[in-house]
Amino acid sequence: MRVALFATCLADAMFPQAAQATVTLLERLGHDVVFPDAQTCCGQMHINTGYRRQARNLVRHHTDVFEPYDAIVAPSGSCVGSVRHQHAVIARGVGDERLADRAAQLATRTWELSEFLIDVLGVEDVGAYFPHRVTYHPTCHSLRMLRVGDKPLRLLRAVRGIDLVELPAADQCCGFGGTFALKNAGTSAAMLADKMGHVLATDAEVVTAGDASCLMHIGGGLSRLESAVRPLHLAEVLAATDGSRP
Amino acid sequence: MNARDEILSRIRTATGPSPVIRPVPRDYAVAGAHAPGAPELLDLLAERLRDYRATVHRCTPGDLDATLAEVTRGWRVAVPDSSAITVPGAVADRPALSHADLDGVDAVLTGCAAACADTGTIALDGGADQGRRALTLVPDRHVCVIHADQVVQTVPELLRRLDPRRPLTFISGPSATSDIELDRVEGVHGPRTLIAVVVGPAGTTGNNVHREQG
Amino acid sequence: MTTFLGMPHAPRGVGQLRGDEPFPAAADKALADRQLRRNLGHATATIRDKRARAVAEVADWEQLRLAGEAIKAATMARLGEHLIELEAAVTARGGHVHWARDAVEANRIVTDLVRATGATEVVKVKSMATQEIGLNEALESAGITAVETDLAELIVQLGHDKPSHILVPAIHRNRTEIRDIFLRHMPGVDPDLTDDPRRLAMAARAHLRAKFLTARVAISGANFAVAETGTVTVVESEGNGRMCLTLPDTLITVMGIEKVVPAWTDLEVFLQLLPRSSTGERMNPYTSTWTGVTPGDGPQEFHLVLLDNGRTAVLADEAGRSALHCIRCSACLNVCPVYERTGGHAYGSVYPGPIGAILSPQLTGIEDNASLPYASSLCGACYDVCPVRIDIPSILVHLRGEHVDARAQRALPSPEALAMAAAAWTMAGPRRFRLGERLLRLGRLLARGGRIRRLPPPLSAWTAARDLPEPPAQTFRQWWRTRPGDGRR
Repeated sequence: MRVALFATCLADAMFPQAAQATVTLLERLGHDVVFPDAQTCCGQMHINTGYRRQARNLVRHHTDVFEPYDAIVAPSGSCVGSVRHQHAVIARGVGDERLADRAAQLATRTWELSEFLIDVLGVEDVGAYFPHRVTYHPTCHSLRMLRVGDKPLRLLRAVRGIDLVELPAADQCCGFGGTFALKNAGTSAAMLADKMGHVLATDAEVVTAGDASCLMHIGGGLSRLESAVRPLHLAEVLAATDGSRP
Repeated sequence: MNARDEILSRIRTATGPSPVIRPVPRDYAVAGAHAPGAPELLDLLAERLRDYRATVHRCTPGDLDATLAEVTRGWRVAVPDSSAITVPGAVADRPALSHADLDGVDAVLTGCAAACADTGTIALDGGADQGRRALTLVPDRHVCVIHADQVVQTVPELLRRLDPRRPLTFISGPSATSDIELDRVEGVHGPRTLIAVVVGPAGTTGNNVHREQG
Repeated sequence: MTTFLGMPHAPRGVGQLRGDEPFPAAADKALADRQLRRNLGHATATIRDKRARAVAEVADWEQLRLAGEAIKAATMARLGEHLIELEAAVTARGGHVHWARDAVEANRIVTDLVRATGATEVVKVKSMATQEIGLNEALESAGITAVETDLAELIVQLGHDKPSHILVPAIHRNRTEIRDIFLRHMPGVDPDLTDDPRRLAMAARAHLRAKFLTARVAISGANFAVAETGTVTVVESEGNGRMCLTLPDTLITVMGIEKVVPAWTDLEVFLQLLPRSSTGERMNPYTSTWTGVTPGDGPQEFHLVLLDNGRTAVLADEAGRSALHCIRCSACLNVCPVYERTGGHAYGSVYPGPIGAILSPQLTGIEDNASLPYASSLCGACYDVCPVRIDIPSILVHLRGEHVDARAQRALPSPEALAMAAAAWTMAGPRRFRLGERLLRLGRLLARGGRIRRLPPPLSAWTAARDLPEPPAQTFRQWWRTRPGDGRR
């Protein structure tokens, strides 16, 4: 299958290894990955911060770029959530019905990585080998916007060598929330502290998730605590085969 | 413009001239798995009432008088003014007892309009064997007789048995509060003791009758 | 999309819908109070578990939620007709119906009604609407004492405190603090009172009993009012509601206009949804319904005050109006990670938590509660538990948009608006985006040991508690171009 990678602006600029791992993984499974070079950002941050006018332009650009492709995959629950649940609303809100229809159509072909692997490709065992103690944080938008359920966990359980340990209070938000982390920094930090406490309680070497943004938050907190726990994107765990710690 | 007309005018402006009204999906369960009065429902009702700290007695129609006499022994009992459910020596609410009088009795004894097994709820509608609302509120103990044919399974079945034009009281256990640390504690302003007497045919009465210290 | 111009909001200077300071500042104070956070953490964890168990018992829970959502939406679409029907039904049964455009008018109506009875003291059932309009304060200035009879309201009133939760206004207090409040402020209290919740409840019973038995006027809110029959409903636990609704001669009920439901059968949905969502019980201990006046039973004088106070402004915003569907269960507060940490006072309004963050700004106008729509990480837990499926996260996002638009019309662009515009410009096309990525790489100069530990404002808010990783030497798209044959795709 020909798959268009929607890398997301954050992974592209800050966490290229998450997008690279997505490519590695999909190619290993025998698929042809393309990267539409004109892609920039889905506009989620603008939408969620209230900047609807600028967001509309980003929605249009995103739709223009990805419309030619049959399957679009992103290593991000929240960016796919924005495409699926917000893009058409934004377009309709500014009276652009045509863009709203196009965005709604595109949304039906846009997948978060774990959804794509399980629902579209029908694989649970992606042939990964990762002999480390790992805990999984189900990010809010994957869990409650996309309803990915236990799909990421099913993929992780099939990884050879993995010591997967359950994260206590896993469904609790890490406190990132985009600009929430800046506008309500104190509350965000309090939420983060509890999330890190749960992560540390697992004795995991690696905390993984389907969103680079939440991982940037949790990882940033762990780094400040001088913790040795490493944040790794789900794609990186699933792409691993040689047993080394990426 | 007066307030009424102004608010109604604002509403019309807010909703627009032809608001969209979508049909309400009503595919939730209305009837339960068991017919009213089924033995399973009497058991479930008793279990759910006990779960919320009500005292429950089970008896047959033939045992009812003896059961009530035993339950209320030694108590000064108030009853509605024309109730068929009573015990010897009961004080009838005729003429209407004062609030202070009601505060002075040991218990009130009534029937009910219907009961819901799923939630352990008793409904009163001010009928002849239930009386006015103050009667079942001020006394510290409420002894309530529930006949098998009054017991339905679901909340919709319960509401559909009742006439909303009558003053209704739905009772699920004794008075309680969750206001301190969101833990449930029984017994605040309403009757602190709720004693339900569930009357069913022979073979459905479950446990033995025994006197509860209320 | 935008609020209809001229649709009045809840007026300033009366009631409790506005805080003294923006949410982040108020939240920081609450976050520093360790006792408060322990109390809130304990109480919300308890009720979350109870709710989850009570909901899991109900096989048709999702069908009930869908029905509840649809009934509310259909009600709002024909709100005027339902209110007229309600008025006619209540009047036909001997009740009196009053209409109040706002808090000031409602307070005046209630004050006049109480004065007409000659009473100088009234007993009150816990009611969000009367808190919203500041009725107790209005009565007090007219020389009338309002006695709150709900245990948590009593705790708040005795402690000269403010409510912090829709269901349990004293949730921020633990049992020991409550004992101390009773010892200090409850006349005639047993000096040996312990902090056993049962003993505390008994103290409240003893304190209020004489008041109930002698009260002549009661004031309540309403959970629901059935248009077709004129039946008003109060859902409660302690029996203080029954006392107020039954024993006095006069009952005055203040009800937001959105509380009307069309038909008696609609209550079969809400009386299942509300208790399980609210206290996590199969059914709350007591629900009372009354229809006008019943001769020989209960108050012989009944007044129903229908309150707007900004509700029609909410109704006018199609994208936000479902905030009016709220049945005040408070499940969204109990699951909210923000509420759990800040408590209710930080929201400044009697409606705290996620529902308050969408309701208060709409009632007052966005300018007066501009920080509330941002008081959420958009985690979505509130939407999942809402018994009438209010899509709170989407309304939060909508209100943020309304706020940004309103500000853009009035003022010079804020630093945030400039940053957002710059980001949008950068992301408008791949060439600009690549340029942006090159600029971002300058961040490598700030990094030490692979991480950035300090950034200038506003990003200092991030680095106060978190590091940022060093920007990578190579972006993804640069890496992609290094792959053989991939450069031009």
